[in-house]
Parts: sequence; structure tokens; C-alpha cells
Amino acid sequence: MIAELVISACLVLGGFFALAGSIGLARLPDFYCRLHGPTKATTLGVGGLLLGSMLYFSLLEEGVIVHELLIAVFLFMSAPVSAHLLARAALHLGIDAGTAGSPAAGTDPPDHEPPPAG
Amino acid sequence: MNERRGIPAAPPAMREKPRVWYWLPHPYMTLVLVGVWLMLNNTLHPRHVLIGAVLGFAIPLFAQHFLPEAPRIRSWRAAMRFLPLFLWDVVVANFVVAGLILNLRRRMRPSWVAVPLDLVDPYAITTLANVISLTPGTVSSRLDDGRRTLLVHVLDTADPAAEVARIKSRYERPIREIFEC
Repeated sequence: MIAELVISACLVLGGFFALAGSIGLARLPDFYCRLHGPTKATTLGVGGLLLGSMLYFSLLEEGVIVHELLIAVFLFMSAPVSAHLLARAALHLGIDAGTAGSPAAGTDPPDHEPPPAG
Repeated sequence: MNERRGIPAAPPAMREKPRVWYWLPHPYMTLVLVGVWLMLNNTLHPRHVLIGAVLGFAIPLFAQHFLPEAPRIRSWRAAMRFLPLFLWDVVVANFVVAGLILNLRRRMRPSWVAVPLDLVDPYAITTLANVISLTPGTVSSRLDDGRRTLLVHVLDTADPAAEVARIKSRYERPIREIFEC
């Protein structure tokens, strides 16, 4: 019973953050701001869902399952790298957010260096 | 390889390899491979431990020539101290960003900041960039050619300079302790 409550709480919390991330993706004003929604709100969103799933199978079904930990690790590695690459590509194309301290469009040097954060 | 591209090489002290690791060129990768194999199979059965050990031994050995140099972790204690702080910040980041997104009347003050880097080790820089992207309202966006500054997009800030100072003291210093000093 308590286990079910905890699992439900994890699922609701995860769903809430995934929703917030998606709303951010749709609602925020420019490209670079929109990157923030998916990179952050989704880590806890998916994290909550994975925690719920792990607890459910470990406590109520056939025993300890750790696949979810693996998913979480891969997510934590890939989300910031893909966000970095998207931001970099946008800077390269000169999509200008027009915010304070914005790097001038097209100042990104031609690519002859390795991808920085990959 | 990096010297050819005009990127400053790591200081010599960081390049010399410990002699023991000829057969285990990437010890951390070996551990990670064994761990991932056991987690994928969700078991600690000796058969899978053995298969995992063979994979963890063979893959780095055959792949070492096109893998970058193995990371060197100087201080596990610093890493253990940094991990809970980082996870806590990730949780806080989620609430902060969700609040910003859902508060319809709030005007956001997005800004670009350039963070001058003291880090030299590529793994340390990668770690810092990823940590920045996962924590409150910041996404790392570009590393310049000389690996001297990291361009960061901040979702909402009143004082960009304070943001730089926060990143440097809260994240860069511990990461530097882990990898370099």
C-alpha cells in the first residue's frame, strides 16, 4: 500500500516535470531559451518515471531490476551533449537571440576542431 | 593529434602513463563495461560476470588506438563530495526551471555569459560543460578554439557577472580538484 503510494508519487512528479519541459519547449521566446526546457525539466521528469518503474518491479513484481539506472545514466550523459550541439549549431548558423551579450551572428569560426563537449 | 590543430597540449605531467596499465589501457572503461553488461542482464550470475570481464578486457585493448586518452581522476574524495552537491542542484534546477516556465507573468531575463576556464584537461572541461547544462537555468553552448572560454546561455539572470562567479566557485573549483590538482 505504502509502496503503491510512493510509486504513484514518483509517476505524478515525473509526469509533471516532463509536461513542464514540453510546455517550456513550446512557450519560451527564442531558440536558446527553448533548449533549457528539454535539458532540465526532462531529466527529473524521466528520472521520476524511471524511479517509479524501478520501485514497482522491485517491490511488487519479480525482484530487483536495475535497467532503469542504466537509462538514467545514458540520459544524463546524452542530454547535455545534444543540447550543446544544438546550441552550437544554432550559433554557427547565426540564429541570433538578441539578448544581452549575444555573440554576433556568424562569428563562429569554420569547423576544424573536434566537437567540444562530445 | 590535438597539437596539429593548434590546441595547446596537456602539460607533460598529465600525459605520462602509469606502467602497470599496458594490458588495461582504460581501467575505468573496463569497470564501466563490466557494470553496464551486468546491469543490462540484470544479474550477478558468474557466467555473466565472466562474459562481462572478457568484454571489459578486450574492447579497450582493441579500441585503444582510436580512443582518446583515458581520464585520470586525482581525487576520489573530491568526486564523492561533488556528486551529492551536483545531484541536489539538478533537483533544484528542475523546480526552478519548471517554475519559470509555468509562471506566465514572469518576464525572463536571458543572457549570454563567457566563462573563462582555468581547466586544461579535456575530460574536466567536458564534465564542467555537462554539469552546467544539467544545473539551474544554464546551457553550455560553445567552447572557443583555444579551449579558454566557455560560452553559456543563462535563462534568467539579473547579474551575468555573478553567474560567472557562481559557476567558477561552485562547479569549476571542485571539478578541478577531481581531475587536476
